[in-house]
Amino acid sequence: MEVSIELMIRALWETLYMVSISLFFGGVLGIFLGILLVVTRKGHILENKVIFSIVNPIVNIFRSIPFIILLVAIIPLTRLIVGTSIGTTAAIVPLVLHVGPYFSRLVENSLLEVDDGIIEAAQAMGAGPFQIIFRFLFPEALASLILSVTTATIGLIGATAMAGAIGGGGLGDVAITYGYQRFSTITIFITVVILVALVQVIQSLGNIFERRIRRV
Amino acid sequence: MIEFRNVSKVFKTGDKQIDALKDIDITVEKGDIFGVIGFSGAGKSTLIRTVNLLEKPSSGEVLIEGKNYTTIPEKKLREAKRNIGMIFQHFNLLNSKTVYDNVAMPLILAKMKKSDIHTRVKEILQFVGLSDKADNYPNELSGGQKQRVGIARALAPNPSILLCDEATSALDPQTTKSILELLKRVNQEYKITILIITHEMEVIKQVCNRVAVMEDGQLIESGSVFDIFAHPRTVTTRNFVRSVVRDEVPESVINLINLDRESSRIYKVEFFGTDSGQPVVSKTAKRFNVEINVLFGNITELQGIPFGNLIIQVIGAHREVEDAIQYIIEQNVEVKEVEADGSQHRVNDQSFVGNIVHG
Repeated sequence: MEVSIELMIRALWETLYMVSISLFFGGVLGIFLGILLVVTRKGHILENKVIFSIVNPIVNIFRSIPFIILLVAIIPLTRLIVGTSIGTTAAIVPLVLHVGPYFSRLVENSLLEVDDGIIEAAQAMGAGPFQIIFRFLFPEALASLILSVTTATIGLIGATAMAGAIGGGGLGDVAITYGYQRFSTITIFITVVILVALVQVIQSLGNIFERRIRRV
Repeated sequence: MIEFRNVSKVFKTGDKQIDALKDIDITVEKGDIFGVIGFSGAGKSTLIRTVNLLEKPSSGEVLIEGKNYTTIPEKKLREAKRNIGMIFQHFNLLNSKTVYDNVAMPLILAKMKKSDIHTRVKEILQFVGLSDKADNYPNELSGGQKQRVGIARALAPNPSILLCDEATSALDPQTTKSILELLKRVNQEYKITILIITHEMEVIKQVCNRVAVMEDGQLIESGSVFDIFAHPRTVTTRNFVRSVVRDEVPESVINLINLDRESSRIYKVEFFGTDSGQPVVSKTAKRFNVEINVLFGNITELQGIPFGNLIIQVIGAHREVEDAIQYIIEQNVEVKEVEADGSQHRVNDQSFVGNIVHG
């Protein structure tokens, strides 16, 4: 059986749906964890050994679980949150838990790139912790954060390929079920071309925004 | 006014303990431009950071206008910090924001009204001479312009104290000069007390009225800039002074001494203050039967007062020369005889006749 254009469009839509929704929630989670990882570390503005030594290993644990395992392992949690454990929406829960910790490390790196002198200047002018984070660290790290979002988004596209395991659909799922399992080389080829194009577009957009913010 | 009272700071890293500040006592009076000089690692950076509590003293206290900030709650402290501006060696400007937004930042943090912020930022940019750069980003500016933005940002909330952390160390001499001129204006026009830390004696010489010298976390000397330059008591201070006012005897002069010891002698005449305004040398030459050659000289100006030394060769009969030197000493000028090995001995009033006492 050959794949139809409708099938491809639907798969593309499913991929975009999963990527965008999980990017949003994963982004929020990642930014939150990333901030915690930065500000509670030793010598930083809200140094807190307890919080850091809890968040740091949790992020590591989630980052070390292969996504296909995570997908299946958290089925009860998925059912609790979205009411079902199969389908595109159900895939979003594990995707969020996958990309959140990953993104938190990228956010951590971006925020740590900001010169300590900026923080010192902020403290000297009487900025509180929230003001330092949102008025100094984030604006200064914005260009770098844009690249982090780009990297996280592309990582998510890769992860959605496995969502087929719980009936999530998407381009990756089509490639595996129609292409790989039914030996349809053309299907593999088309899905891969679409994925490559998608990644190229996202990376280019990321670079454009980053350059505009850095004003180079 | 800033008062450091027995301020000590200890840094502990592992089982190592570093005494960054040892029992520092300094009073910076209102209206001072007070300089703290020392080599890197002397503790001066730590010292300036205890003023706005970027570093908390381990013991002792720092009083700002009579108040101890360590005892007030965090929120009040942040408000109090608006009274203390700070500028940095590497400017520490937000590269993602325009000059205008950088200067406005402390006012935004203080939740000032937008229209008031606008007025204040315009006014202060005018003061530092950057009105036309309001919409530029820091990376479009030169080092000197960046520091001007730093100064504008520090002055925006109308502080009574300005802290300068090696503010000119990253700038070339010409730019340094213009920034120091600006700091002088800040001091005079806004009546802001300025505390400067630096490793450049030139900075102290150009703007400060009082100075403290630090070494290994300790205060080794302090006083008016003029006194410190005129009578440095420690080797470190003397070396700092020498970096601005050369006082060693040049080799060419030493060679001259070896040539003819009988009919001419060489003296170093040191001017501290208004004396150098007097034509001491020409007066002496007129009054006594001696010929005076100026071999080498180094006169500079400290707070409008001439300061420095002249190396002169006095040629004439032994008795005439000694009388001439005696006369110069009576004019309240310090005179040292330069020996063949380059050492200098103070020619003292009482012991002048016959022998020379080692100074």
